[in-house]
Amino acid sequence: MSIYNPPAGWFKAPAGAERLWVGLALGWCIIMSLAMPYWHFYGKQNPTGEAYRVSVADFGTRVREFVDASTVGEDSGVPVVEIPPGGDGYLMARMWAFYPVIKMKKGQTYRLHISSADLQHGFSLQPLNMNFQVLPGYDHVLTITPTSTGIFPIICNEFCGIGHHTMTGRIIVE
Amino acid sequence: MGDQDPDDKHPIQKLMDNPWLLLVLGILIPTLSYTVWGWIEVWMTPAAKLP
Amino acid sequence: MASAVEGLPISGNHAANEVRSCDTTSLPVCLAAQQFIRMHAVVAVVFLLIGGIAAILLALTRWPAVHLLDAQWYYRLLTLHGLNMLIFWILNFEIAVLYFAGTVLLNTRLASKKTAWAAFLLMVIGAIMVDVTIFRGKSDVLMTSYVPLQAAPPFYLGIILLAVGTLIGVINFFATVYIAKRDRTYEGSVPLVVFGAIAAAIIAVVTLLHGAVVMIPTFLWSAGILSTAPDPAWYRITWWGLGHMSQQVNVCAMVSVWYLLGTLTVGSKPLNQAVCRGAFVLYILFINLASAHHILVDPAVGPAWKIWNTSYAMYLAVLASMIHGFTVPASIEVAMRKKGFNRGLFGWLAGAPWSNPGFSGFFLSLVIFGFGGGITGVVLGTQQINIMAHNTLRIPGHFHVTVVGGTTLAFMALTYYVVPLIFQRDFYAKTLCRIQPFIFGGGITLFALGMSFAGSYGVPRRHWDVEFTGGQFATGFDPGAHVMLGVMGIGGTIAFVGLLLYCLLVVAAVFFGRKIAGEPMEAWNEEPRSAIEGGVSGEEVDDHRTPGTLVLVTVFLSAFAVYYFANWMWLADVWEVR
Repeated sequence: MSIYNPPAGWFKAPAGAERLWVGLALGWCIIMSLAMPYWHFYGKQNPTGEAYRVSVADFGTRVREFVDASTVGEDSGVPVVEIPPGGDGYLMARMWAFYPVIKMKKGQTYRLHISSADLQHGFSLQPLNMNFQVLPGYDHVLTITPTSTGIFPIICNEFCGIGHHTMTGRIIVE
Repeated sequence: MGDQDPDDKHPIQKLMDNPWLLLVLGILIPTLSYTVWGWIEVWMTPAAKLP
Repeated sequence: MASAVEGLPISGNHAANEVRSCDTTSLPVCLAAQQFIRMHAVVAVVFLLIGGIAAILLALTRWPAVHLLDAQWYYRLLTLHGLNMLIFWILNFEIAVLYFAGTVLLNTRLASKKTAWAAFLLMVIGAIMVDVTIFRGKSDVLMTSYVPLQAAPPFYLGIILLAVGTLIGVINFFATVYIAKRDRTYEGSVPLVVFGAIAAAIIAVVTLLHGAVVMIPTFLWSAGILSTAPDPAWYRITWWGLGHMSQQVNVCAMVSVWYLLGTLTVGSKPLNQAVCRGAFVLYILFINLASAHHILVDPAVGPAWKIWNTSYAMYLAVLASMIHGFTVPASIEVAMRKKGFNRGLFGWLAGAPWSNPGFSGFFLSLVIFGFGGGITGVVLGTQQINIMAHNTLRIPGHFHVTVVGGTTLAFMALTYYVVPLIFQRDFYAKTLCRIQPFIFGGGITLFALGMSFAGSYGVPRRHWDVEFTGGQFATGFDPGAHVMLGVMGIGGTIAFVGLLLYCLLVVAAVFFGRKIAGEPMEAWNEEPRSAIEGGVSGEEVDDHRTPGTLVLVTVFLSAFAVYYFANWMWLADVWEVR
């Protein structure tokens, strides 16, 4: 039994149903092992983790320049900034808001740079439910193509202090 | 019936009967594959090109 | 005590008055080990209760209709809950399991009482230090304490002391294994349960080393000795070496306890020791790689690292879990069929001793962990699917099924033998004991279902207000998500009742129960059904007929495949991102 020392000669190959199951399970594991690399090359949703080291101040400068260059309006007091098609947009997460409001066009591809001014934050785009980690000192670049239009809330889903649950942002896609 | 003759034992059984070897492998493999490789990835993150 | 095959006694290495022969199993119980098993088990249950009281308050807060705690206390008790459950309750219980497996099942004395005291005191002092700091409001950083969030120095120091203490306990276990071999207190290979305990201990060493490496610089920064915080990306990778690898200790310990309870309740034998041990070896080598599944949508680490590590090296460690998922019920099926429970595909299961809380808790733990935890875990840990899951309630939905419905329920089931056999006390209110695993298992399953479905709507974890009151932009969730949060609240309440019941039953028995030293424990089942309860059967099992188990695992694999491909399908609907 499991609590007694096994008799000598216990080392033997599996047989019967056990062997069948080990084979089936291994086959399933191989299938799953192929899925991620497959999707990496042929699938359209991949968290590659492209990132660059950047100081909070330098990233803040880029956000300011982006806002100055491409603001197209205002939403609840926050600048709405449209990323030029194929271009770079900058989103800053900080306690407790995402800044600015980002505007994109459906079907266009953009490089969205996200970083934090202070603590770790979570970029969670709703209702799509797309989630990425945001770290201070790192410019997390998402090469992103919106495939639907509308107003998409961003919520923060990484604990960042007492105002964490009030932290929201917005992406608009036309 | 005493301990099996070491020559009789299958090499995998020898591995299983050796907790110290398992300890070394159990520390080395995850530390290299997950931790050290992960640290290297982070340390090799390039600097952002200035505007 | 030698192999069951031999039946010839081999002398252990105990001093004469430091061992007793168990009145129920005849196994040799080292009295020093017994003392520390008792101490760690009591401490474990105390932390379980603390974590459990926090749990019900949290559940009633995330249930929006109730929203019990204010924001500050929510995040504070969430910090408390994670640490007391995932670390303090579980590591203490596991040290007890290690001391049991290393001594009683190897016919040896515990290597060192002094070392055991050092381990115990460090673990308790460390945990108290952390809990006091949390209650003083000095560490509202959640269990993960992600830098640059900063807690007061005693928070980190307490964790360091606890990690060092646990490591000392683990070393004491290894020393015990060593002296058993040196003193030839057993013949042949160690029993399977001991092998599983060794696997758990090995993983614990890796875990605790990562804990030291991450916590020491963070503590020095918090204490003002280091002026810069550790790099947040470095911290995440290293912390999850502690945070997730500790959960892999729990998996190994839980599986070992499954084998132990199978033997204790129905006299089951592993069908093929090589297969079971091989699965534990795959755990030792590869299961820790999957700490990477917390880092899948992080910046600064590339897809090759993410994919290779989150796959547990091509799912070899998942293969190991699937193997145990077969061998454990298969051994029950064979044992029950041998007793004559042969009717149809599931007569063996229907006739199993469900009124024995040691059995019901164990088998429920197996089913809940396998179907719920295993399937969701692999799927959520798929690099690309994680985009839809990271930091949503799907994550705690998953781990409440594994660590709570799986490991904690298995440990509760084992307690129904620990109390009579190690504490030598009888339980009161045995009817309540018999239903407790069902209440807890059912409650936690409902809780996790509610949580997981809410998470699929995008509801975030670790979040006080899903209506985002006071936020810059108004937003919220579908009414369906709110219904699911209500289901979560109800399930959590039921689970809490099950947890409280367990704590009360155990405390009543341990401190006030009738002493049963000198007599065998009263069987949990009416008719004899097990090795303990109906005599030892020692012959080798060559009957491999397990049609019922084959059906169960086929259903499992089908559910796995359906859930897996469904998630890929859902992923294809979100925006393109690279």
